Amino acid sequence: MMSIKKISFFSLLIIILVYTCFPFYWAVVSALKKTGTGNFTVEYWPKQPTLENFFYVLSRPAFGSTFFNSVFVSTLTVLFCLVIALTAAYALGRIKFRGRTGLLMAILGTSMFPQVAILSGMFELTRSLGVYNTYQGLIMSYVVFSLPFTVWILTSFIRDLPMEIEEAAMVDGASSFVILFKVFLPLMWPAIATTAILAFIGAWNEFLFALTLTISPEVTTLPVYISRFRGESEHEIPWPNIMAASVLITIPLLIVVLFFQNRIVKGLTAGAVKG
Amino acid sequence: MNSTRKKFKTKLTRERVRSAWLFMMPMFVALGIVAIYPLFNTIKYSFTDARLGDLYNYNYIGWFNYETLLFYDSWWWVSVYNTFFFSIVSVSLETVIGVIFALILNNNIPARGIVRAAILIPWAIPTIVNAKMFQWMFNQQFGVFNEILLDLHLISEPIAFLAYPDSAMASAIFVDVWKTTPFITLLTLAALQMIPAEIYESTRIDGVSPLRVFWKITLPLIKPTLVIAIIFRSLDALRVFDLLYVLTSNSRENASMSVYARQWLVDYMEVGQGSAASTLLFAFLTISTIIYLIVTRTNFDKQGVY
Repeated sequence: MMSIKKISFFSLLIIILVYTCFPFYWAVVSALKKTGTGNFTVEYWPKQPTLENFFYVLSRPAFGSTFFNSVFVSTLTVLFCLVIALTAAYALGRIKFRGRTGLLMAILGTSMFPQVAILSGMFELTRSLGVYNTYQGLIMSYVVFSLPFTVWILTSFIRDLPMEIEEAAMVDGASSFVILFKVFLPLMWPAIATTAILAFIGAWNEFLFALTLTISPEVTTLPVYISRFRGESEHEIPWPNIMAASVLITIPLLIVVLFFQNRIVKGLTAGAVKG
Repeated sequence: MNSTRKKFKTKLTRERVRSAWLFMMPMFVALGIVAIYPLFNTIKYSFTDARLGDLYNYNYIGWFNYETLLFYDSWWWVSVYNTFFFSIVSVSLETVIGVIFALILNNNIPARGIVRAAILIPWAIPTIVNAKMFQWMFNQQFGVFNEILLDLHLISEPIAFLAYPDSAMASAIFVDVWKTTPFITLLTLAALQMIPAEIYESTRIDGVSPLRVFWKITLPLIKPTLVIAIIFRSLDALRVFDLLYVLTSNSRENASMSVYARQWLVDYMEVGQGSAASTLLFAFLTISTIIYLIVTRTNFDKQGVY
């Protein structure tokens, strides 16, 4: 009786693992196959694995430049947003003032609103400022969703810090500025790191703005590159190459996620289950 | 003594409130430039006949763009239908699957860390990569899904999953469910772990069936978390763009409202018409969010989502 229960439990567990892991496994297997989709055969285990697809993708200049663009644009977006969000999150998390709840709702709403709602306005703005198809223009558009997100998460972290640490400083007559940078900042590094990781993933994965506000591979990001990837042949889609490129842009992300998984899970679930 | 302390306190409070607004200033300025201005700009364009080639010469044409969309454009209504169909089916499925996964993983399982890492994989993969990966797996000639179904003798010849609007939409929902189930699982798992074990003990003694325990005890306790997760996922699903754009190759038959608005803006270069479509989507999402918050009285401030 017990063993049947155990067996069915383990098979459920294996089903879950196959469900979550198989698609990426399949991308890796496909990327390890010899190029040429025409003679592609389905093998659940690559019989003659080769790295030639990876080398091919890595040798394309556009891959290198878009990879750099993605890293550069995402990093700058996150840094910019963190600097602005830190003081705002302190105000929203630690100081009581009228309209705070409404403001928090508006910030949450801004992080959730559809990007397409501002697409034509953003297009015009980047054109007017002369930053269409530049890093600055792209970063500007990424701030739209990154900043509210960063403010929101930092606020929920900063609100959870104990009250006492602040009260002592306030009695000593320290200004809010001093309290934030001398008292809170040293305690905030784990929260800042978590927020930075989540915001970075958001920026790294963004597609709509990058697709619409950039045209050249010198500026555009990896998701756009992958979506437009064409091989040398016009007749067939080079799937093994595309899979190799997909695996290459996913692996840095997977390493970060697996390395910081405790943190990410905490960041994703933190407030939602406090009740 | 008491009154001076009070005075001191009010002065302090006033000073803190003032610094609060000062502290939020950079955020207001940044959001004003990158969010509020483009939003009003888009709304302005929705009342014009602006075209992509020349954004600075246009005429105001009143509600014409909105009338066109609502009364004469059947593709607009196709995109509305697609958006809702996609969102409702996808969010329902991922909620059910996500909760089932969480219930299984909430038991004492071996290698908990590895299993949780595996759960995070779909969430971590960029949507565009997802779309490409599944496009390949759904491939008619070389796709692994067809191969599996053929091997199991469930089909006699390969299916062109992405060639027909209905099966393409079903495929897109499949991919979206795959990607977003982890989010529901993780939130539910966290909520489940907050439930004290004693609650279950009495039911075990009384021999209540597990299903009844779930409906009567577990579900009500995880409901607040689940509601928030569903709101977030719904808002996310209603603005879907990346997945449909890549998986169904920007097709009009499978366009969501976001995809359709961008087609007007970029593909047909009708900025006015596209802006009207964007504005309708925005207005719809804003209004339904507000109504939902009022009806359910969800207190985000207290719950602190994410």
